[in-house]
Amino acid sequence: MTATTTPPVAKRSLFGKDELKAIKDPLWDNNPIALQVLGICSALAVTTRLDKALVMGIGVTLVTALANVIISTIRNFIPNKIRIIVQLVVVSGVVIVFDQILKAYMFDLSKQLSVFVGLIITNCIVMGRLEAYAMSNPPWRSFLDGIGNGLGYMWILAIVGSIREIFGSGKLLGFQVVPQALYDAGYVNNGLMVLAPGAFLLLGIIVWVQRSISGYVEK
Amino acid sequence: MAAMLCLFSDESLPSVFLRSVFVENILLSFFLGMCSYLAVSKRVDSAIGLGIAVVFVQALTVPMNWALQTYVLNEGALGWAGIPDSDLSYLQFLTFIASIAAVVQVVEMAVDKFSPKLYAALGIFLPLIAVNCAILGGSLFMAERKYDFAQSVTYGFGSGLGWALAIVSMATIRWRMRTANIPGPLRGLGITFITTGLVAMAFMTFSGI
Repeated sequence: MTATTTPPVAKRSLFGKDELKAIKDPLWDNNPIALQVLGICSALAVTTRLDKALVMGIGVTLVTALANVIISTIRNFIPNKIRIIVQLVVVSGVVIVFDQILKAYMFDLSKQLSVFVGLIITNCIVMGRLEAYAMSNPPWRSFLDGIGNGLGYMWILAIVGSIREIFGSGKLLGFQVVPQALYDAGYVNNGLMVLAPGAFLLLGIIVWVQRSISGYVEK
Repeated sequence: MAAMLCLFSDESLPSVFLRSVFVENILLSFFLGMCSYLAVSKRVDSAIGLGIAVVFVQALTVPMNWALQTYVLNEGALGWAGIPDSDLSYLQFLTFIASIAAVVQVVEMAVDKFSPKLYAALGIFLPLIAVNCAILGGSLFMAERKYDFAQSVTYGFGSGLGWALAIVSMATIRWRMRTANIPGPLRGLGITFITTGLVAMAFMTFSGI
């Protein structure tokens, strides 16, 4: 009887280089919004206030991570031809759960987010990561990739959300941050920030700044 | 005068139509369908192709999902089938996305069969529409605002048309911008956003109507 042979693949540590890369890359070097250009729709629609942006960010993070794990687990059983439908069904299932939880515990916020919770289903980040990562990587790493991309999405949303809330209504998370003295001196809230064009201009500038620092240039 | 007021009240069909095309443009004021908008607005001809496809699918799926919502999903909607106290509204997302995917598939096959020329022109855009958030968003807005049948037909057509209008006008602007000297990091996504912001401002001026 020979000694038990070690498996050909070396034992991977639970948090090796690939795992670290999966979670760190999307935060800056391969940011889903600024560089992969995914998930823009909801990034703009929910950022009139910081709390909406944060809840949406958490939602997308959870949905991406969970859907990544599920798809990655069953990736070898999905027929290639119908994989989009399978992905859509899995994502819708996860989003329904998130929506029900939101309705149960944060009803007011879920009313304000209105259709945008449902639209996580067609958020390109979720589908994009499923296609690009979860279909060809093991579950644990896919989970980290989902978390990383969700967080990369969330920090941009949080910045856009805070700028729009501070300049648009003078508040942050519902608390007054612009002092009354400024209003007395003639300062007025910038109404453009709460409206759609303000979001476009702001996101354009943020992308500009991010790319200036990270040095990415489109051809 | 009263008739005039009635014609342009919030619920009347002309008003629903005008609002969905201009004032509440689904792309420029609700940001839906941004991904394909950014990807496809580089060329005018493909923008027109995708625009037509979206109008078509949107005008079909919104009334269809209206029927599903009214006769299957709503609380007590299954009364006609003898199940008066059913409430399937939590299945809304899954039902809508499945019916959209099915419609897109059928449309794709029908176009392929009856007009291969149009099929070649629309190319890969048809299947992509299934995951376009403007389509799902249109159906969800229809459900949230509780439109009736005529209103959802109008809204579906109008919002699709508004989306097409926005992407075609943006594609022409981007075509002209090819030769402009834009700072490196601003090129592509950045300048597209800023231009879209300006276009959105122009569309906002319709809100006085």
